Amino acid sequence: MANKQAPNSDDKQLVSDTGNTNEQSNIKSAAILGASSALGQAIARQLAEQGHTLYLAARDEVKLDTVEKDLLARGASKVISLVTDFDDIGRHDELVKVIACVDSVYTVYGTLPDQTLCENNWDATMAALQTNFISTVSLLGRLAYEFESRGRGTLIVVSSVAGDRGRKSNYVYGSAKGALSIFSAGLRNRLAGTGVHVLTVKPGFIDTPMTQHLEKKPAVLWVNADKVATDILKAEAAGKNSLYTPWFWRYILLIISHIPEFIFKRLSL
Amino acid sequence: MQPEQAQRAIVPGWRNDIQFPGASPSSKSTDTTMLTEATSVLPFGNGRSYGDSCLNSDGDLIDTCRLDNIIAFDRINGVLTVEPGVAFSDLLQIIVPAGWFLPVTPGTSQITVGGAIANDVHGKNHYRDGTFGCFVVNLTLANSTGLHVCSLSENAELFRATIGGLGLTGIITSATINLMRIHSSDMNVETQVFNSLDEFAEISRPLHESYQYAVAWLDCTANAKSLGRGVFLNANHADNGTLQYGSKHPGLNVPVNFPSRTLNHFSIKAFNQLYFYMQRRNVGKQLQKHYHSYFYPLDAIGQWHRIYGSKGFYQYQFIVPLTEISTMKKILTVIVESGMGSFLAVLKEFGKVSSPGMLSFPREGYCLALDFANRAEKTEQLIARIDGMVANAGGAAYPAKDRLMSATSFEQYFPQLNEFKQHVDPRFASDFWRRVNG
Ligand SMILES: Cc1cc2nc3c(=O)[nH]c(=O)nc-3n(C[C@H](O)[C@H](O)[C@H](O)COP(=O)(O)OP(=O)(O)OC[C@H]3O[C@@H](n4cnc5c(N)ncnc54)[C@H](O)[C@@H]3O)c2cc1C
Ligand SMILES: NC(=O)c1ccc[n+]([C@@H]2O[C@H](COP(=O)([O-])OP(=O)(O)OC[C@H]3O[C@@H](n4cnc5c(N)ncnc54)[C@H](OP(=O)(O)O)[C@@H]3O)[C@@H](O)[C@H]2O)c1
Repeated sequence: MANKQAPNSDDKQLVSDTGNTNEQSNIKSAAILGASSALGQAIARQLAEQGHTLYLAARDEVKLDTVEKDLLARGASKVISLVTDFDDIGRHDELVKVIACVDSVYTVYGTLPDQTLCENNWDATMAALQTNFISTVSLLGRLAYEFESRGRGTLIVVSSVAGDRGRKSNYVYGSAKGALSIFSAGLRNRLAGTGVHVLTVKPGFIDTPMTQHLEKKPAVLWVNADKVATDILKAEAAGKNSLYTPWFWRYILLIISHIPEFIFKRLSL
Repeated sequence: MQPEQAQRAIVPGWRNDIQFPGASPSSKSTDTTMLTEATSVLPFGNGRSYGDSCLNSDGDLIDTCRLDNIIAFDRINGVLTVEPGVAFSDLLQIIVPAGWFLPVTPGTSQITVGGAIANDVHGKNHYRDGTFGCFVVNLTLANSTGLHVCSLSENAELFRATIGGLGLTGIITSATINLMRIHSSDMNVETQVFNSLDEFAEISRPLHESYQYAVAWLDCTANAKSLGRGVFLNANHADNGTLQYGSKHPGLNVPVNFPSRTLNHFSIKAFNQLYFYMQRRNVGKQLQKHYHSYFYPLDAIGQWHRIYGSKGFYQYQFIVPLTEISTMKKILTVIVESGMGSFLAVLKEFGKVSSPGMLSFPREGYCLALDFANRAEKTEQLIARIDGMVANAGGAAYPAKDRLMSATSFEQYFPQLNEFKQHVDPRFASDFWRRVNG
């Protein structure tokens, strides 16, 4: 197997690829930014089964290697792995250069910071905003520019229902996701008519390592990453602008956003 | 992906007595750090075992649902290396289109590779191919002493203890399996009726010559006259055709728990008769069916277990030696007389192919799987009575489907138990183990 290297070691290459087949023109391609996330891998698996060429980016080389092998076994026609930490914005140009050729890009990485810690640890707060908002903006901005100039492509931005209204239990994470939702909506507006499409995804509770520590109650509100991945790919194929997944979150959030603030501020949600 | 998988991990809908897992290590942490701090741990697959061998009320369950990566798939030679949490349904989606099939599969595709090895599961082809464990080339095991690669040539004793080892020797972190070549995803299925157990025994053998798979459904409500009647469903993989993974969605869903009284004697009887007459129509016909409807009829009815109502049900599966067909008859009589007849009773003849597993359940004989709606003590007494008859006949009961087995029976059913015990990791235990390890 070819060597995968962190892009910040200058003398070494960023990219490694392995594949089942030779280049074919009708094969679709996608980039998963956060390929080692549970949701990112679930999306990648479904695309692999359709024989896509996949560009995977993640920071953990060992995990990335496992994911790469899994996707090849599941039928991906080619997998190109990129080891990179998205917080390292200095490397974004290089990353975007490699993936700018794809049909779709999915941003599926993130951190769920400890809210109580963030209440008196500003580094933790800033780090959460950096990863969940700033770094994604940096990537989306660059990708939008590339896609716009060639007049084609889809950006799938994974935000969260947590971004719809600030709540004491997770408003640092929520504000980063809320800002991301607004940024992606603005991008969609700007790119309308250029052939480039932006899909904003707002999942509810997904059973993944990110939420490992949370009790899965009430159980009906929890789904696995496969379900969310299926919804995302359906919404993408249907050309939707935004997606609540599972669907019922649209109505839950409709109610939540209509509670008057003087009541809402006293609630523990 | 499988929508069916939505049932897993998150407070499983399948059964309601499974505790919140202590840990669900992500893939890639293939070392012993996945053993939590708890003094007692047990690997958890997909909880498709009916009894308490997949429970650990005094300790932690280590959920393997995130250990679900394919490590390598050699499409030319049909060799697959996977992490243990991969579901059979997921594997089929990958291997069937490539012309391969699981060498052994139970009656549901919603189990994991780890669970299949730890119970050394059997299918409808035991007389020809043996158990799942016969196809495991090697496995990696994480236990208190570290990571061990095991096969018949390396750590062979630990390998033999782990196959059918009920999760007690450690956690399997990867396994390499030989697959079986197929040329079509369809099955050629033939139906044959028998009117007594003697007739079953008579036709079973010759069927084995011409079919790779054979399974009989037995009418457990029939009266004394038609006792032991049933239908055989025999099949071979079709020689040519398309290779399709096929049906993804459970076709029917049983939405809520039926009231516990729904499944009374009369409804069981009606169901059994209906099924019997429906199958009868197909006698002598060769039907071409997708493998999914031959192997996994229950997977098509999402949440089928709810038919048994909120109290759930007991499963009991046993083998008696081929010479003990008379015991089988007596057991059937006991069931018929109890009026608690089984909704599904499945009869198979197992063959001689032996498994490497020390605690492997399948052995030569007649094997009957039963389920009984939970009527508390009444059901337990009935099962205890049957268990006594099985023990007397030199038979054995299946730990994967048991929650009542005594230490004495366990010892009697598994002659290699003492050898096995030497490989049990002191940190691993299950509710089943605490009961039978007298
Ligand atoms: C509808 C239905 C039909 C069935 N038909 C059959 C049949 O025809 N033949 C048959 O043999 N069985 C049959 N079964 C039983 C089922 O196949 C077994 O109980 C199987 O082992 C369940 O697998 P699981 O992945 O759900 O494991 P679980 O039930 O979660 O666990 C089973 C055992 O495996 C251990 N285990 C799980 N993962 C690991 C791991 N990574 N490392 C070590 N140990 C591990 C657990 O500790 C436990 O002891 C059937 C079950 C159902 C529901
Ligand atoms: N789980 C939910 O309930 C939920 C709900 C709504 C939205 N979401 C969103 O869904 C997306 C996927 O999350 P998930 O639930 O699948 O959780 P996950 O499996 O924990 O994935 C998060 C991933 O982000 C990666 N990551 C974090 N910071 C990074 C950085 N600086 N550089 C590179 N990679 C980084 C992590 O990499 P490492 O593996 O190397 O740590 C991890 O793989 C996230 O955007 C999340 O906010 C999740």
